[in-house]
Order: sequence, then structure tokens, then C-alpha cells
Amino acid sequence: MTADPTRRDFLYIATGSVAGVGAAVALWPFIDQMNPTSAVLALASIEIDLTPIQVGQAVTFKFRGHPLFVRRRTPKEIASAAAVTVTELPDPLARNENLPEDAPATSSNRQIKPEWLVVSGVCTHLGCTPTAFEGEYGGWFCHCHGSQYDNAGRIRKGPAPQNLAVPVYSFLSDTRIKVG
Amino acid sequence: MSGPSTYVPQTGFTRWLDQRLPLLRFSHDTILTFPTPRNLNFWYAFGAILTFFLGVQIVTGIVLAMHYVPNADLAFDSVENIMRDVNYGWLLRYMHSNGASMFFLAVYVHMFRGLYYGSYKAPREVLWILGVLIYLLMVVTAFMGYVLPWGQMSFWAATVITNLFSSLDQVIPHLGSVIATWLWGDFAVGDATLNRFFSLHYLLPFVIAAVVGLHIWALHVPGNNNPLGIDVKGPQDSLAFHPYYTAKDAFYVGIFTIIFAGLVFFAPDLVGNPDNYIPANPLVTPPDIVPEWYLLPFYAMLRSIPQKLIGVIVLVGSLLTLAFIPWLDSSRVRSNRFRPLMKQFFWILVADCILLGYLGSQGADALWHVGGTDVPLVWLARLGTAYYFAFFWLIMPIVGLIETPRPLPDSIAKSVLGAAPAE
Repeated sequence: MTADPTRRDFLYIATGSVAGVGAAVALWPFIDQMNPTSAVLALASIEIDLTPIQVGQAVTFKFRGHPLFVRRRTPKEIASAAAVTVTELPDPLARNENLPEDAPATSSNRQIKPEWLVVSGVCTHLGCTPTAFEGEYGGWFCHCHGSQYDNAGRIRKGPAPQNLAVPVYSFLSDTRIKVG
Repeated sequence: MSGPSTYVPQTGFTRWLDQRLPLLRFSHDTILTFPTPRNLNFWYAFGAILTFFLGVQIVTGIVLAMHYVPNADLAFDSVENIMRDVNYGWLLRYMHSNGASMFFLAVYVHMFRGLYYGSYKAPREVLWILGVLIYLLMVVTAFMGYVLPWGQMSFWAATVITNLFSSLDQVIPHLGSVIATWLWGDFAVGDATLNRFFSLHYLLPFVIAAVVGLHIWALHVPGNNNPLGIDVKGPQDSLAFHPYYTAKDAFYVGIFTIIFAGLVFFAPDLVGNPDNYIPANPLVTPPDIVPEWYLLPFYAMLRSIPQKLIGVIVLVGSLLTLAFIPWLDSSRVRSNRFRPLMKQFFWILVADCILLGYLGSQGADALWHVGGTDVPLVWLARLGTAYYFAFFWLIMPIVGLIETPRPLPDSIAKSVLGAAPAE
């Protein structure tokens, strides 16, 4: 090796770099093929007819491969959820895709109409589906690892870090919603 | 420990081959004449037992793959087809599912044996770490295999375990979700997930076999450790691997095969979960989801932590800790036979792992009734988890410094043969 880089050194480094970058680029298709396909990405939204759902009832629908909870809350439940102050909550954010990301997790920020709660049925701990009307807070209890949610889908106790997510949805009429 | 080769080709052909590819010489030196400590006991047969069960899993797995369909709509039915219609399909599938249990039973005995006799200590650190790597590969392979029948436990085990990655969202926002989506090939566990798990479940056993090759290579450089934990000092301390240990290993493989046959023929679903005979349903999580028995202690540790990210760190840490053992043990003596204090902590660790296994099998909110009060089992799991980590990170370094080991024997031969060693 001489102290000064020669033309040959330059050629070696340039050749090596081309090979390295080429190998890295060639790797990408093998990684990216694991991601969701175009068919999976072309997801439809769903419409839900709310008329059959009685007061106090919680119904599970399938939305984008996951369970979706629609719950018609009783006045007593609405009042108990509203009585909770945000400072008592493990997760102070609303996690409502219809609101700004930093919206606080007040009961009213968790739904569009107080009677109707629409939340993802995926426990934010490890993805199990919690069971309705169980646990100390009357909302949902996740049997996998013991996370407990209140009737506004907010995490109250257990290992789950976040409130159940509220997906983008809107009321098409008083008795019909469109999710997604 | 392997000295100069003693292989002498006997025929013209073997002489010709020996100069071109010394395969017979290699086999002769590593299988037939390999010098092995003469005092190896029952607990040293598990290497051979594990090799045997790796073979069972690969052979039964290859034929099951001829009938299995990795498609979310067809997988469950194809497994039922194997069970009911394929000739001897029930036998092959039960051999494969119970073979996994036998494989893990053997690997746990093998690991605790290495821990008890100090087989991880210099110069066998790389041997030990390769063993830890094999164990991790076994866990991943077994997990993916458990998903393939596409029953309720399959589906929800896949959901829970892949969601472990989503805890990374708490480190860098969205990182974990991006990884989980990448693993699933969808926004939930589904057909794409099943397909890739099948592909990897077929690949990984061959990776395991390759690492087993390295593991045995690393074993053959320093040679076997032994129950006394002292080095082989000469030919009087060792025996040729064949016929002494081939015969001994074959005997215990036979014993293990009898237990295996007992499981397969008389209790094939003993360790299986009945919920896995219900087809996967993405909308209903079974009331109690539990992993297979061999992962229960780790599951108990994960569940005992009330914070998601820390729970995952504890789970991963409990496995990675094993790789550091060679440097955590400060004792100069290998075998626990001569370590009166460490021996007691060792058996507490064994009991702790069994306790954690039991706790992992219980419901998330189970209680323990003592006297008039109810103790949540999660507190026991926290104690068990604390002991597991304390054993490796505190007890191992400290006990080695404060303990007075019992005197070591002069040599393996003297210890085995008494006062008058045969020369």
C-alpha cells in the first residue's frame, strides 16, 4: 500500500460500493414482499345498521379483519363514564381518529353521540378480543392478560397501554353509521 | 481433545477415497474413537435423545407437508383430513405434535444438566451459546408450527406473540405497528401470515440441524464436560465413544421412545389444548389463551408485568440472559457436586421454573386461597420472575465469590475406580 490513493484504489472502492449498493437494492423486494398486498390495501369501509341494537347491548362486527365493538350505552353508563376525570386514566389521550391526536380522553371525546360507542375490539396489549360487561369497570375484560376497560373503552387497569382505538366513522342517518 | 487421527483405511477403495475426501476418517475420529470421559451419567444421554427427536420432527414434518394446505380457508380441514382419511395420518400428526413436547422436555433436561455441572464454563462458552441459539430457534419453530392447524389457539397465539412487537410503539411511535403489519402481511393475522409461517416452519428445522452441527463441532474441540467438572488428563480418564457411549445413548433413546409411544398411543392430546379443535375465529378470543406447556414459564413472566413494554423486555431478557451465563458464574469450580451453596440455589431455580409453568397455565385473574384471604396468583408470578433474574444476575456472581467448594478429586479415573487406578 502506498500512502497516496492510486487510480487502482479508486477503482476498487468504486466497484465495491456499486456491488454493495446493488446488493442492498436487490434485498428490498425480498423484504417488501412481506408487506400487505395491493388486494389487502384496497380495503372497503363498512356500513352498520344500528336499529336492531338495544339499549345496554354490545355487538361485535368484523372490520378490516378485526373485531369492531358497537355498544349502545344506558344513561347510567354514560353518566358513570362522564364522572371519571382524565387524570385518573392510565392513558389520557382520546385515541379517536375523528379528533386531533392530542385530544384528552374525556367521555365525550370517545364518541360522536353519547349513546353510541364505536371502538376497535383489539386489546391494545397483545391484540386479543376483550369480553363485554366483565371486569371491575363494567366495560370490557381481556381474558388473555387481564386488561380492564370501562364502558367508554378506556383502559383502567392491567398491562394494556392505550384506550381502545376509535376508528374513523360517521352517522349517515340516526340509525346508520359508516366505518372507515 | 481429539488427538492425531488413528484411522487406517483397510481396503483399496477406502485408501483411494481417504486421499480425496476423508469422510470415513472424519466419521471414525468423531464417532467411533472420540475420547469421552468415562464417568458420564444418565443426564449426558440427552444430546443423543435430542438428535433423535430432531430427526423424528423432520421426517414426520416432511410427510405431513405432503397433505397439509397452508391456506386460511383450508388449513383446519386439511389437518382433519390428515387425522381421518390419510393412511396413518393420525399417527404421523400425533408423532409430530407429541414429538415437539418430547423435544422440549429433553432440551430442558439437557439445559439444566449443563447448568448443574457447569458445562458452560471455559472453554465451552461458544458451545453453550450455540445451544442457547438452538433453543431460541426451537421456540420460534414450535410457535410457527403451532399456528399451522389454524384452530382457535393457533390463531390467538399468533395474534398475541406477533403483537409483542407492537410494544415498540412505546419506543418509537408506529415502529412496532409497522413491524407487526410486515410480519402479518395484512392488518391482522390472516392467510398471508399462515403461508409465511408454513414456509419458515419448513425451513427452520434445517437451520437447527446446521447449528446442531456447529454445536457438536464446538463440543469436539474441548471434549465433553463430565459430572465431576474436572478436565480429562489422559487416556485413563476416557473411553472411546463407540461402543461405550453409542450403546449407553441408544439405551436411553429407547427409554425415551417408550415414553413417546405411550403419549402418542394412549394420551395423544394430553398436552394439547382442546380449543385448538375449534376453527380459528378472528372475532372471538377463547376465555383462557395459553401457550403450549413448554413456553408457560415465559408466558407467566410476561403476564406478571403490568406494563406492556417492560413485560416484553422481561420476556426477551429471560431468554437472552441464558447467553450470558458463562460470564455471570464467578466460581472456579464447574460441577455443583462440589458447590454446597450453589446446589441449593440451583434446585430452587428448577422449582421456580416449574412454579412459573404452573402459574402460566392459570387464568389471568386467578386467585390463591390461603387461610381466609385471596392472593392474586400474579404476585406469585412476580416473585418467581424476580428469583429467575436474581439467580443469574445476582446469585451466580456472588455465590461463586463467597462459597467454599468441596475438594475436587485428583482425576476422573481415581474417582471412578477408587484408590487403585487402572493404568
